Amino acid sequence: MIGVTLESVSKRFPGAGGAAVDDVDLSIEAGEFFTLLGPSGCGKTTTLRMIAGFYFPSSGRIRFGDEDVTRKPPNRRDTGMVFQNYALFPHLTVAQNVGYGLKIRKIRGAEARRRIDEALRQVHLDGYGDRRIDQLSGGQQQRVALARALVIRPRTLLLDEPLSNLDAKLREETRTEIRRIQREAGITSIYVTHDQAEAMAMSDRIAVMEGGRVRQVGTPREIYHRPATAFVARFIGRSNVLELPVLAARADSVDVRLPGGATRTVAAPAEHGLTESARALVSIRPEHIGLCGPEDPDALPGRITDVEFTGMTTNLTVDVSGQELTVAAVDVPDTPAVGDRIGLRLPAARMWVVRP
Amino acid sequence: MTVATTAPPTPRTDPAAGTGRTGRARRLADRLRGGSDGGWFPYLLALPLALVLWGYVVQPMLATFVESAGGDGVDNYLAFLSGSGVARSSLLTSLGISAASVLCCGVVGVGMAFLLKRFAFPGRRLIEAIILVPAALPPLIGAISFQLLYSETGILPRGLQHLLGTDEPVLPFDGIAGVLVVHTFTMYPFFYLAASAALAGMDPSVEEAAYNLGASRVRVWRTVLLPMLTPALVSASLLVFMTSLASYTAPLLFGVDRTMTMQIYINRTNGDLPMASTYASVLGVVSVLFLLGMRWYEGRRSYRSQSKGISTHRREIRNPVGRWLALVGSVLATVVLLAPVATIALVAFSVDGSWTTQVLPTDYTTQNFVRIFADPRAFQPILNSLRMSLLATAACVVVGVLVAYAVRRLTFVGRGLLDVAVMLAWALPGTVVAINLIAAFSTGSPFSLGQVLVGTFWIMPLAYFVRFLPLVFRSSSAALAQLDPSLEEAARNLGASWLRAFVSITLRLMFPGVLAGALLAFVHGVGEFVASVLIYTASTAPISVEINNRMYSFEVGTAAAYGMLQVVLIFVVMVMSGRLERGGPTAREATRWTN
Repeated sequence: MIGVTLESVSKRFPGAGGAAVDDVDLSIEAGEFFTLLGPSGCGKTTTLRMIAGFYFPSSGRIRFGDEDVTRKPPNRRDTGMVFQNYALFPHLTVAQNVGYGLKIRKIRGAEARRRIDEALRQVHLDGYGDRRIDQLSGGQQQRVALARALVIRPRTLLLDEPLSNLDAKLREETRTEIRRIQREAGITSIYVTHDQAEAMAMSDRIAVMEGGRVRQVGTPREIYHRPATAFVARFIGRSNVLELPVLAARADSVDVRLPGGATRTVAAPAEHGLTESARALVSIRPEHIGLCGPEDPDALPGRITDVEFTGMTTNLTVDVSGQELTVAAVDVPDTPAVGDRIGLRLPAARMWVVRP
Repeated sequence: MTVATTAPPTPRTDPAAGTGRTGRARRLADRLRGGSDGGWFPYLLALPLALVLWGYVVQPMLATFVESAGGDGVDNYLAFLSGSGVARSSLLTSLGISAASVLCCGVVGVGMAFLLKRFAFPGRRLIEAIILVPAALPPLIGAISFQLLYSETGILPRGLQHLLGTDEPVLPFDGIAGVLVVHTFTMYPFFYLAASAALAGMDPSVEEAAYNLGASRVRVWRTVLLPMLTPALVSASLLVFMTSLASYTAPLLFGVDRTMTMQIYINRTNGDLPMASTYASVLGVVSVLFLLGMRWYEGRRSYRSQSKGISTHRREIRNPVGRWLALVGSVLATVVLLAPVATIALVAFSVDGSWTTQVLPTDYTTQNFVRIFADPRAFQPILNSLRMSLLATAACVVVGVLVAYAVRRLTFVGRGLLDVAVMLAWALPGTVVAINLIAAFSTGSPFSLGQVLVGTFWIMPLAYFVRFLPLVFRSSSAALAQLDPSLEEAARNLGASWLRAFVSITLRLMFPGVLAGALLAFVHGVGEFVASVLIYTASTAPISVEINNRMYSFEVGTAAAYGMLQVVLIFVVMVMSGRLERGGPTAREATRWTN
């Protein structure tokens, strides 16, 4: 098991304007399930392809453990990659697909058969070896791709949106399965997705990317509860980001004034750079906002502009002096209606200062 | 708490520094094994390809221009502008024939497409099956069969004369009219295929929307259907125009001397290479302009339906009169479409010299075929054609596949030029290709290893290579477009070197497309006449040239027998590549599983 390190890696494509990947530093630990998460065009796939060796970085270094692989061709990196469309060889059987990498490594005969069988068993496809690729369902093809990547016992497993071509139910089953296999093999894995729920459910750590840059690296909990920027707050789950005047600033917290006049002491990250009379961006999740009467002095008074009943929660959109806030309430005392006046309770412990 | 990554700053070192000599050697080895990832790799592949295309396509074209400009070059070019010379009238005749061909082919091709794709009537399936037969004939045999059928000495005019008891043959086609008949029959498929494809890709709901909004049938045609077909029709027009301009056999057989291609031939055989080069340069430039116009136009507009709805229903013809007309029309169309092949087959069994003024040959024999196979001298042209076509096809496959790969899969400066050079080979008429090679290789050149190629065996396969490279290139390129690049990447990721991944995955999966292109190139090679007739020698005469020579010495039966062999070969190959396109058992299996 080895870790993967990216040091100030950038990638510019000829003819394209800016950098597709801009000065990315990542340190992925051995055995970790690490996810690159971001919207399309954020540079996550380019980053993965640089790790696989399909692109060489314009600048910076990539290391597998202590070995510098920056300019190493893909066939000499010993990574196992699962492609978005699986990229199974249509002219080969399932077993021949899985055995392709073994053949190149000159592992033949009984040993090859044993390892192919083992890999197919691992992905619950024992007995499928003689099938043709076009005889498999999408989910089965996906598992063949995984077996083909794992059978060569690669140093790292690279997964490029492997679930995006599956339907919703199969997607959830498969992500549990991938995580189980990864844990059993104990293999360092780098996973690319734009689906934040997938990233949250599977990852040890997540790097959130936007515009070619890494905006935050952390465990799912850290990223959810302590998003670094307004973008991360909004991209991971849903979030209300309020712009509030700062009354006082300290090293790890700031006092802000809410629209109703109440004040809150809100935790802030180190080096938040806020001073008195600046305006702070404060995030709070919809499910952390409480409901009360509009006359409550400690609450934000507002007017309901939309009500959406989803079963588990009731989602309210509330207009608070020009700013729209989303509230996800599990228990709603009375049936709220559009136009009703309502009070919102924002607990200071659930609020967090984010960077723009 | 971790917020945003800040990896410890590591000192940046130049990868070349520090590790020294051994490091450099290792990196070089890495690159060599790495292949396509190195920045220079695309150039390693593209450079030899560029040299081949330069040496055998572009540079010969320039050599022709130099040849034409030498001596009284300016006078030669001025002849095209001045009043009543042969040059000017040839250019105008060529352009006129081409324009008329476009019109005739357009009417026939679009009409056929509408009839067959929009209406259901008895005989439709049969006609659809054989509609491309006339166009599949080798150019010389196509023209000869029409001459045997429709010219003054042809079967139909004489048959009508016999039937009606007139003094002269009835409705003979001669001169330019004859050329137009040949062009219409052999080139209408450009329009038919383009219009059929456009009709098939058209969303029927667009038409229904027009009816729904209150438009009459005529109005729907005028305001919806025809405008939507326009891009397909313009492309087809340009193709037919280019092909007509390049047409050589039809003017040759119907005796229209004042066309560009005929003038090239006449000047060349009279030994006036500069004048032949002048004609070739002018024709080449016009053809290339048309090619560029076509590419520009195709890049500019295309209507494609957005919806995935059902395709148009064919309208059943219910009117009884209409049904009878359709039936008669079907029978007539079938006869007309099959007549050329039937004629060649019939005449192939006629005794040489026995067919003079009768409607049909009177004496039949199998001796023509026996003699071709028994007499080594008569068999030589067949051997020549097979050998030269095989050589050319092999070269076409190697260069065509690699150029397609380079153009489609690699990024390098000058990629577009490579693409253009192949298309140039496609745009140039066969006569021009021949003159270009004569001009370039009548003295030693680095590309011929210092040898004079004119008058040798090698210039023939070289001409075939230049003419048919685009066929292999296009089918390879289409096969590559169907292939997901990540397949090759997956192989690389699993440890395969570039070469191994290319051979075991990419080339393996391209194979059906490449084979189809190679078969097409081979068949065209065996049928080649236009370039061959300008560069063959007594010992390298291919089948088509032999046919032409036999026609001149009135051995019509033997000529048709050679032609029949070409036709049989073509149909065997057509059936084979039809199999390839539909896919083998695997593709059928796949469709069964996905449905």
